[in-house]
Amino acid sequence: MAKSIDISDLDIYYGDFKAVEGVNMTIRARAVTAFIGPSGCGKSTFLRALNRMHEVIPGARVEGKVMVSGQSLYDPGVDPVAVRRQIGMVFQRPNPFPTMSIYENVLAGNRLNSRKIKKAEADEIVERSLKSANLWTEVKDRLSKPGMGLSGGQQQRLCIARAIAVEPEVLLMDEPCSALDPISTSAIEDLIHELKADYTIVIVTHNMQQAARVSDDTGFFNLKAAGQPGHLVEFNPTNKMFTNPDEESTEAYISGRFG
Amino acid sequence: MSVTAPPDTKPVVRLGDRLFAGTARVAALTIMLALAGVFVFLAIEGIPGLSAPAEIYQPFDNFWSYVGPLVFGTVLAAVVALIIAVPFSIGVALFISHYAPPRVAGPLAYVIDLLAAVPSVVYGLWGGLALGQAMKPVFGWLFDNLSFLPFFEGPPSVTGRTILTAGIVLAIMVVPITTAISREVFAQTPRLHEEAAMALGATQWETIRYAVFPYARSGVVSAVMLGLGRALGETMAVAMVLSATPVVTLNLISNTNPATIASNIASNYKEATPDKQAVLIATGLVLFAVTFAVNFLARWVVGRSERKVTR
Repeated sequence: MAKSIDISDLDIYYGDFKAVEGVNMTIRARAVTAFIGPSGCGKSTFLRALNRMHEVIPGARVEGKVMVSGQSLYDPGVDPVAVRRQIGMVFQRPNPFPTMSIYENVLAGNRLNSRKIKKAEADEIVERSLKSANLWTEVKDRLSKPGMGLSGGQQQRLCIARAIAVEPEVLLMDEPCSALDPISTSAIEDLIHELKADYTIVIVTHNMQQAARVSDDTGFFNLKAAGQPGHLVEFNPTNKMFTNPDEESTEAYISGRFG
Repeated sequence: MSVTAPPDTKPVVRLGDRLFAGTARVAALTIMLALAGVFVFLAIEGIPGLSAPAEIYQPFDNFWSYVGPLVFGTVLAAVVALIIAVPFSIGVALFISHYAPPRVAGPLAYVIDLLAAVPSVVYGLWGGLALGQAMKPVFGWLFDNLSFLPFFEGPPSVTGRTILTAGIVLAIMVVPITTAISREVFAQTPRLHEEAAMALGATQWETIRYAVFPYARSGVVSAVMLGLGRALGETMAVAMVLSATPVVTLNLISNTNPATIASNIASNYKEATPDKQAVLIATGLVLFAVTFAVNFLARWVVGRSERKVTR
């Protein structure tokens, strides 16, 4: 189920503006890979290029290769919709569908393409996904209530449940805790640890302690200068990044000497 | 130096704030007064019309049997118009907000808005002369193939001036307003919700169904209500298309078509005796009531479905 991702010479554009330049890296399967770096350095853009969500913005495009288990995501014959079904995504702000119940929110991805699901199978998917998202005990008595009625942290876990209900190969998380309080953040971080057993997880974060806590590998993105494209400065095991990085600018950023 | 305000001083209100608040309040009150004024006028002038001498109501003999076919015609024409206009408007609005490339969407939206600026008399002329003629073969076809439905019982009109033609003209007049409002609401769908659907692997249509429609529903109902208001109240276009007889029939393509309240007032008011005028004003009062009732009903339906969701 979980798969690794190979990225080679990836350039990402918004129209004529080159936002990210020349990224090469291998994201390991069943591991957590974190991206850190200052605002505007292209780490979220890069993340969105991994499930072809980048191109939904008019004029946005990508050059280079993203390979998931030997299959290039950007081959002309590849349907972006199919890519997004295999590579799930969790956003910065929790975004359950406002008119749907908790139950229907979890099933939203499974119901796409008008697939018919039997009631028993649906119940099973909902229970399994909510349990994996550590939300089941909190909501099992109110599955028919709207998802918007939950707290922010619960909503975010509901979105994670929704993303894993379709059993994707990879789970992308774009600053999933930045809108949450410390307790919810810690709940999500525990969850990431557990999900790692089954999924390849890529997480963008502004919080360096979070990267150090949850990830196995870390990539540091930075801008060469204002107005220049962002690039990958260093990509190494998290331990090494936070104790003995190869690049001086990584150390400077991590130790807070520059922002 | 500091001055301690005595405890009973009022909070400071700036002159600008007070002026603006006052102006806004006056504007709001004026609208309420105007609406009440219209209602009072209709009531005072119209109530004698409810019980005028029997011969005024020819070919009927009392007010309610006189106004009945008119209410029926009004609602029928409006319903025909909405059945055509609503899917069309939603389609055009979605095309502009979600499908068309920006350089097509802008001009298209502009052209649709222009449709609203064409005076209804012009639509009436066009509907009676051009559209009626053009529709004759269509009516013939409907009669030949679908005459088992009460709507197409026929025999098809030889002039083409039927309630279906009037409904189409009304639909064209309704489309700009419903399209403009639907387009605005569709375009305001939070990006976050659309991305939630897309990231799950939704196609564009599924994204619209999951994220855009639920968000836009109440706004689209408002758009339809405004369109319905226009269809119910439209006078000249209907008066010029229809040659009316006071009948109640679902037959949309025959020679005998019910008039609408508004078109009936427009065609008869000039030559009417004071008694007859009172009757016509009373029918206006009925139109007022019908419009109100329809609006409340629609609000209630939307409100109920929204409460169900947020419960």
